[in-house]
Amino acid sequence: MSKILIVADHADGKLNAATAKVVACAAKIGGEIEVAVFAADGSSVAAAAAKLAGVTKVLQVDNAANAHPIAATLAPQVEALAKVRGATHVLGAGSTFGKDLMPRIAAHLGVPQVSDIMAVHSATSFDRPIYAGNAICTVEVPAGTVVGTVRLASFTAVASSGSAAVEKVAVTASLPSHTRFVSLAAQKSERPELQSAARVVSGGRAFGSADNFKILYAFADKLKAGVGASRAAVDSGYVPNDMQVGQTGKIIAPELYVAVGISGAIQHLAGIKDARTIVAINKDPEAPIFEVADIGLVGDLFQILPELTGKL
Amino acid sequence: MSDTSVARDVMEYDVVVVGGGPAGLSAAIRLKQLAAKAGKELGVCLVEKGSEVGAHILSGAVFEPRALNELIPDWKAKGAPLKTEVRRDDVYFYFSESGAFRMPGLLVPKPMHNEGNYIISLGNLCRWLGQQAEALGVEIYPGFAAQTPIIEGGVVKGVTIGDMGVSHKGEKKDSFTPGMELRAKYTLFAEGCRGHLGKQLIKQFQLDKDSDPPHYGLGLKEVWTVDPTKHQPGLVVHGAGWPLNLLGTDALGGSFLYHLENNTVVVGLIVDLSYTNPWLSPFDEFQRFKHHPVIRQYLEGGTRVAYGARALNKGGVDSLPKMVFPGGALIGCDLGTMNYAKIKGSHTAMKSGMLAAEAFGAALLAGNAGGETLEAYPQAFKASWLFDELYKSRNFGVFLHKFGALIGGAINWVEQNIFGGRFPFTVHDRKRDHETLKLATDSRKIEYPKPDGKLSFDKLSSVFLSSTNHEEDQPVHLKLADASIPISKNLPLYAEPAQRYCPAGVYEVVGEGATQKFQINAQNCVHCKTCDIKDPAQNITWVAPEGSGGPNYASM
Amino acid sequence: MKALVSVKRVIDYNVRIQIKPDGSGVITDGIKHSMNPFDEIAMEEAVRLKEKGQVTEIIAVTLGGAKCEETLRTALAFGADRAIHVKEEGEIQPLTAARVLAALFKKEAPGLFLLGKQAIDDDANQTGQMLAALVDRPQATFASKVEVDGQKATVTREVDAGLETLEVDLPAIVTTDLRLNEPRYLKLPDIMKAKKKPVETVSIAGLGVQVAPAVKLVKTAAPPTRSKGVMVKTADELIAALKAKGLVS
Repeated sequence: MSKILIVADHADGKLNAATAKVVACAAKIGGEIEVAVFAADGSSVAAAAAKLAGVTKVLQVDNAANAHPIAATLAPQVEALAKVRGATHVLGAGSTFGKDLMPRIAAHLGVPQVSDIMAVHSATSFDRPIYAGNAICTVEVPAGTVVGTVRLASFTAVASSGSAAVEKVAVTASLPSHTRFVSLAAQKSERPELQSAARVVSGGRAFGSADNFKILYAFADKLKAGVGASRAAVDSGYVPNDMQVGQTGKIIAPELYVAVGISGAIQHLAGIKDARTIVAINKDPEAPIFEVADIGLVGDLFQILPELTGKL
Repeated sequence: MSDTSVARDVMEYDVVVVGGGPAGLSAAIRLKQLAAKAGKELGVCLVEKGSEVGAHILSGAVFEPRALNELIPDWKAKGAPLKTEVRRDDVYFYFSESGAFRMPGLLVPKPMHNEGNYIISLGNLCRWLGQQAEALGVEIYPGFAAQTPIIEGGVVKGVTIGDMGVSHKGEKKDSFTPGMELRAKYTLFAEGCRGHLGKQLIKQFQLDKDSDPPHYGLGLKEVWTVDPTKHQPGLVVHGAGWPLNLLGTDALGGSFLYHLENNTVVVGLIVDLSYTNPWLSPFDEFQRFKHHPVIRQYLEGGTRVAYGARALNKGGVDSLPKMVFPGGALIGCDLGTMNYAKIKGSHTAMKSGMLAAEAFGAALLAGNAGGETLEAYPQAFKASWLFDELYKSRNFGVFLHKFGALIGGAINWVEQNIFGGRFPFTVHDRKRDHETLKLATDSRKIEYPKPDGKLSFDKLSSVFLSSTNHEEDQPVHLKLADASIPISKNLPLYAEPAQRYCPAGVYEVVGEGATQKFQINAQNCVHCKTCDIKDPAQNITWVAPEGSGGPNYASM
Repeated sequence: MKALVSVKRVIDYNVRIQIKPDGSGVITDGIKHSMNPFDEIAMEEAVRLKEKGQVTEIIAVTLGGAKCEETLRTALAFGADRAIHVKEEGEIQPLTAARVLAALFKKEAPGLFLLGKQAIDDDANQTGQMLAALVDRPQATFASKVEVDGQKATVTREVDAGLETLEVDLPAIVTTDLRLNEPRYLKLPDIMKAKKKPVETVSIAGLGVQVAPAVKLVKTAAPPTRSKGVMVKTADELIAALKAKGLVS
């Protein structure tokens, strides 16, 4: 039976939502699921992790060296813990934290890593995207510990309905001092960065002018969403280049994508195909965007957007 | 255009070749071969605006190996990508959207016979020719676009490469890199049909003052992967008629469908740019053409994998401008050497490049200091099989323009098969392609069927399959001499035909009433040059965008 | 201080990939390839550090078949002083690549080893981290700013929570993110000079590296296509639908 060790993703004493999705992936593999929390004091994070449905046990590894997530410091501890716990799988989130840390562990263990697991076929066979999601590989991992990161857009977070035990454990590993945390500056922009935002709203040429984009910004701020645009809107000079979403612009995978006044040229669709939910608002009922939208609304954006902004 | 105030690096060569197509590469190879044979050095540099050799190459292509046999006789041993020999040659007249008449072999004009020819990707042949050229010591620089000819004292001294890192507004960005000057004793221009430097040179040196106007077509092409049970490697299907005219002369053209290796089928439509109805959309004609039973029988159930478009010369020998000027020459389709009766331009382009190379190479190896008008090239051209071939086909395009595909084609059959291509007279067609449009109000508006997403598709999803990309923040490379003309003149007179003739959706008229404006989506441009040719006001000038920009055709 | 930069030849980012009909991978024949864009950023950073006088020699490294030499030539045109081609025609997975790079790290003893954060073909995002682990040195991934100061470097990283700054002792491994710099345009004379710069060819076995256990590819397929969802008629219905999906509260 699989014994899965998950490295918790957390910050400021809070468990990140990513971990609940890694647990969902682990549940698909099946077996015992243990979540390890590495922190200076991981009590609150561990308590939150213990509630995640399907988790067997939470291992709280408190160490002053773990105050900040430094891969070089964490990797030897995870490796040691995985050995002690007899882990068959070591999983992390497909976040910058997990992507930074997990390969370092895999290399120490002498096993390959499966990046961005998006589907589970068996304990040793997974789907993962390549070429920016334009192709999906099914892979089979060789014998040995399975190390992987989980593509967050592919899994739905498990509920906080569990009550696993929290065990404080000490890990013996020699920790390097060659890497030191200096600072962490939160995003300066009030609006989330387009590429990492959980919600994105985008506008197309139907806005008609740069000035008219204001109603999209207002809507975005209400949703706490990043703002993008179609190439047509960029080409028309309504918004700068760096807002362009699509094949030649940014490829994004938010939880919620709202396309407003965007017809849905294939170049644009190529940039949003991994969005979890696509909402389209367009006055043309024949617009191709409706073919891929999960929720579509035909109508005039100049009426609908202010209404939505007001009612949300 | 290039800024004269910036300091530019200079490199000097014996010969600079502009353009890495069949003509330019053949010329470069021949120059190096001649130098090697003479035991001397010739410095040859070739620049190509595409991101790699082959990236901007689009052709049918049924390839006649005659010129290649002369250039690289052991091409087979060297692995040239000529893999599929023509096995069967069908010619159809399509008289309606479902009707067709297949011409018995006997009635097919001789130039349309393809025994001994190969179905190839010209892009891949050029990639291979590029490797051969580099092995011979040609310096090839893809991703660098020649932007202006260097002309000093009435003599062409080379080319200036376009500046990189200029913003949309024309300001220098942090990444600004001035284009360098490539100077040469002789410069060969091989940009393909309607090259933007060739166009300037023809004007500057009045190279066309004694020739008929050139005529053009727009070739649209798709690559399909088809059901293996429908695949017949070596099958060539040519046709004329529906959706264009069979009897009339308002909208002419022809179509092709070739079966290559690996379940690959290419399909294309060539629309003569002499069409008269401003509502006509070559792209949409092509899309509906694929629904014809003769074509759909092969494509149905298959997958479209690539799309592209490129203007082609079809003027023939009487439209050729003067080939040489002080310091250089035009070769290949930049000159206009396509044999339209054969719908083949690759072997003729190669041959013209080789002839030029032989003339210029011989002069340079004999110590010529450059800068002269080398008549040896046109003289050799006149004496070659290339001239003979083009001369025989000189009337074909004109017959079609004057009499339509069926009757004109029949007259051509008589000329080719009875008179061996030598009617004792020549016919001329002096109306330029941008002068043929009738007024929108006098023309029948064409309602094209909606694409079905299986055989036919919309423009943008097609451009997507050309892998076209341009650096976003750069000046628009489609220059309007007068920005008001599209809305003030072209729109009322011709319903602004750029919206329809452009096969890549570059031009749009957006807004309504007083807010109407002409939108140029330069990023979509597949470098076909149709706008430069067909705009009734001759108001659009195509210039090279930042190097590497444009389509990234694979195996076109 | 030497800087090592690894560069990978990948299908050009402008090219739309095609999956082979038999699912054994993607079509690469006749397809334009170029240097992995993140590796270009790594090259550019190395060149800038050299221009600042903090790096004295840049060595570009690639792993792969004969065609990868063109990628090395591009690196040399960027400004690498010399190049090492680890020739291997077969597939190379990240752990093996990391082992090879670790061997070169030991051989060349650079102060900095720069890599792209990931290659745009397999999107693995592993090799830099694995290399750092194998040589037991610091790693600073997703770098958006690199400042070298004597035996230390300060690296700003683009992480989900914002910008994290780390201080690392040299030698260190740095992987580059998109905003670190904008790679320069290559100049013709540099491309020409690059043709004459030295390229050393070695093999994986010649470096004494053992090929790592590999992930086996079962099949490659196109991603599932999205299908049409529901149509709503009013803004209120839209809000209700979003609430039902838990997307807004």
